[in-house]
Amino acid sequence: SIALSFLLTSHAAAAITREAERKRRGRRRRRRSISSALLLLNPRLKSFPSRRLIGVPLLLTLGGFITRQVPLPLPSLAASRISFDLPSIGFNFRCVISLMGVEVATNYAKMEEDISLTDSQLVYSFRLALKSVSSGDTESYRRLVDVMNPSGRLAPDEAALLLTSTKALSGAVADIDDLHHEKLLKAIFNLSLWNFGPDVIDALLELIVSLAASNGKHVDSCLDMLVSNFTPPNKVLDMLKQPRGLEKKERVLPRVHAALKNISELVPMAASRLSSIVLEQMPWKSKRNVDQWSMKRQLIYVENMFKLESGAIREFVGANMLKDVMNVLRDLDVAIGWDDILHDDSSKGVFMIELEDENYADGDEDADADGKLPSTLSEKSLSKNLTAELLDSLMVQTFEHLESSVSNKRLSEVFDTLLSSFKDTVLNTYKSKFTQFVMFYACALDPEHCGTEFASELIDMFVGGHNPLTSRMSAVAYLASFLARGKFLPPAFVASYLGRLVDWCWQYCVMHDGDMNPKLHQVFYSGCQAMMYILCFRMRLMVEIPLLKSQLFCMPIDKIFKHKLDPLKVCLPSIVEEFLKQAKAARLFTSSKTFVFEDLLVSNLSRDFGGLERLDMFFPFDPCLLKNADSFIRPNYVYWKYVRTTYHEDIDDDDEEDGSDGEVEGAAEFDDDMEEVIISRSYGDNDLEMDEFDYAMNKMSITPRNNSSAGLRMPSRIRPSMSPESL
Amino acid sequence: MEGLSVVQANLKVYVDPSQSKNLSSAIFRELSALLFKYDDAFDGVLLAYNVHAPENKGRILPGVHPFIAVRLEAKLLVFSPKPDMLLEGKVVKVTEESIHVIVLGFSSAIITDEAIRNEFKYKTKHGQGLYVNRSNRRHLIKAGTMIRFVVKSMNEETLHIYGSLMPANTGSVKILEKFSEHTNTESVTINSTPKKRRSKEKYEVAQITEHGNHYDPSQNHYDPSQNHYDREIKKSRRS
Repeated sequence: SIALSFLLTSHAAAAITREAERKRRGRRRRRRSISSALLLLNPRLKSFPSRRLIGVPLLLTLGGFITRQVPLPLPSLAASRISFDLPSIGFNFRCVISLMGVEVATNYAKMEEDISLTDSQLVYSFRLALKSVSSGDTESYRRLVDVMNPSGRLAPDEAALLLTSTKALSGAVADIDDLHHEKLLKAIFNLSLWNFGPDVIDALLELIVSLAASNGKHVDSCLDMLVSNFTPPNKVLDMLKQPRGLEKKERVLPRVHAALKNISELVPMAASRLSSIVLEQMPWKSKRNVDQWSMKRQLIYVENMFKLESGAIREFVGANMLKDVMNVLRDLDVAIGWDDILHDDSSKGVFMIELEDENYADGDEDADADGKLPSTLSEKSLSKNLTAELLDSLMVQTFEHLESSVSNKRLSEVFDTLLSSFKDTVLNTYKSKFTQFVMFYACALDPEHCGTEFASELIDMFVGGHNPLTSRMSAVAYLASFLARGKFLPPAFVASYLGRLVDWCWQYCVMHDGDMNPKLHQVFYSGCQAMMYILCFRMRLMVEIPLLKSQLFCMPIDKIFKHKLDPLKVCLPSIVEEFLKQAKAARLFTSSKTFVFEDLLVSNLSRDFGGLERLDMFFPFDPCLLKNADSFIRPNYVYWKYVRTTYHEDIDDDDEEDGSDGEVEGAAEFDDDMEEVIISRSYGDNDLEMDEFDYAMNKMSITPRNNSSAGLRMPSRIRPSMSPESL
Repeated sequence: MEGLSVVQANLKVYVDPSQSKNLSSAIFRELSALLFKYDDAFDGVLLAYNVHAPENKGRILPGVHPFIAVRLEAKLLVFSPKPDMLLEGKVVKVTEESIHVIVLGFSSAIITDEAIRNEFKYKTKHGQGLYVNRSNRRHLIKAGTMIRFVVKSMNEETLHIYGSLMPANTGSVKILEKFSEHTNTESVTINSTPKKRRSKEKYEVAQITEHGNHYDPSQNHYDPSQNHYDREIKKSRRS
């Protein structure tokens, strides 16, 4: 007990002198510590101290110190080695003594003079603490773990403590062992950077990078931790759009990406691990429901993926990031169900509108429409559909990323990856609805390079006999839709690919001198249908340019249609009908037989050639129903509404029209029973939010001109690729 | 630099039947999947392969999934650092507690301060950390220096090497080479007669400068085409 009192007094004296020497932050603290230390120096203690006497001042000291933060461990101080037990007082004196001793040391460590010495001393003491765990002395280690486990908002001195500890720990990483220091590692990896200020974030990231570089076993966990910081905690997620949230985002994300870059510089093999880790930690995976939280998380996660794609380590992870994003888009696309839309209702033509809306609005009982309405995919129902909303936002993000790639002059390499991803996944996805518009937009941004590559790939896939059947038919459907809908594609471009298509069809006719057989010659019929579809949209344009007109007239089109294989009978009736009308008007081809289709959309024969997947009715680039994404697509898109067909005479002859923006005049000449769909987003007009009911009411009028101010939303209903703009 | 060896290997590659049309590309793909990974069979990390004319035929293995087994011979470049081997690498980061090195561009090595001999003292200059040799002020180790170090151990899964700068023949490669060159020529002159020595000295001096030019600071010792590897290969062939 004499030794004890001597130690106590010496420590108290030391504490007092130190406190008195330097300027401390709070006068109150100084006073308190000094007073409690003074109590220890009570002369009565110097003499034989009774337990009570030791207890009281110690109590006071304890009280004084407990109000402060958890001190740093510095086991080198003798105080921490005192072990004695005075159970009657009921404290863990060892704890108290170490607290005291350590508190003193903390103060020492925070002295403003002599910082560099303190840093290395601190590092040294940390290393000792870490090493001592294996020998059983876990006191200081446990305190360290507590420091690294901050909870709630950090007070400034707590933050300072975390900062100092982190910096010191960065120097001690070589001694961190995953076996003995599991708790510490867990604490470090659970930290969310979004809760801290910039200097703490910097220190933490420095620690993570050092940890990864020091031991290969930690690389995965470090990468995991960085990737998990791509998404903020829920509180921040809420306010991401506000300035405060944006500021936090700007604070955290660039630093995280810089840390990833630093890790790959120090540990080259880490970059290869990164792609799989990013994929694993994706917030939304397929076959899961989308809710508000996962949507927000997914959006910011994909934003990070795009940052990786264009960032410093893009050559290692960029391609995989793009492919994974495309896979997510495709998965979301597939998750938006068509929901028993595919009724074989054949009362509409491909180029005719859906009358269902009218019926829905009127409440008329129509035999076809009855019972199938509520589940059809409409824009209104889509807008309530969170999956669609997520897909919409992600597609907008993708489009914006493509735009930034253009400004970075990286579009061609991005497009190469997109194209290979498209061929692997989207091309063969059964009735992909909207994902393909990523390709459309990329081609719109660079028609010369990307557009050519895309079209060439598709036609090569179609003519390549070794490719699977469905891929070939799918490819030609994509080609047809692309050539028809791409406003940015010059007519000569369209003509050249059409020429290749026609040539292939003619070669096929020559080689296969057989009779009509939808199932046997599926590829041929799909090629013919593609031809007709393209011509329905582009015939007028091509005929107007003399060079292209002569090219067109040189193509063996009539020979193909007059062949035994009889494509006119097999292909989709509405397309055939429209094509014949236009071809007759342009004097390109006149069929000797008359086709009576009775407004059939599909016939049994077309169903046969379409196969199980109904590729006869697959028009991939039908108008995009996702509102926000469509606003990107719209300026580059050809709507059937505005296509000038060959059988319509120009109402205003002296109007200077650029062929790409079709005027409305053609519509007036349509047959009465063909009601024209009011295509939303007529160029130059703004979007008007419209009630579906109002929209339907407005749609009932035949002449679209009267409704040019109304109905500017996307048509409400769509059947899968039934009509180009049946919407 | 030790640890690199060229081995002649007889391999059997199992190719999926769907790739049977293009066997060679399938084989290359299989072999490429093994690159930069530690393999027990080779007892090292496969860095490169050179396949001699794979046969275009192979036996079909019976079973649920009938793979095609193709035999081929290949020359493989294998990296297998063992303890006490000397390796060379480029320093990427220097801190008071460690030196981080990258070996052959893919493997990261760390040398902790406990494994750095006391000759080297840590200093901070212009915000950068570096180690200075107390006996030779010109002997610096900082970011970008090529150093030679001894392997303490290697983690095969993560290809992480723990190194040591304790032995005297470790440190900055440039300085070590200069030093060894100097000692070599010096030993030659000692044996000669005084008259001849003078002339030889002149000759030796000329040689040193020549070689001084040869060991250009800017020369990257790392080009695979350089002598080091060739030597290694010859060595292994002999052994």
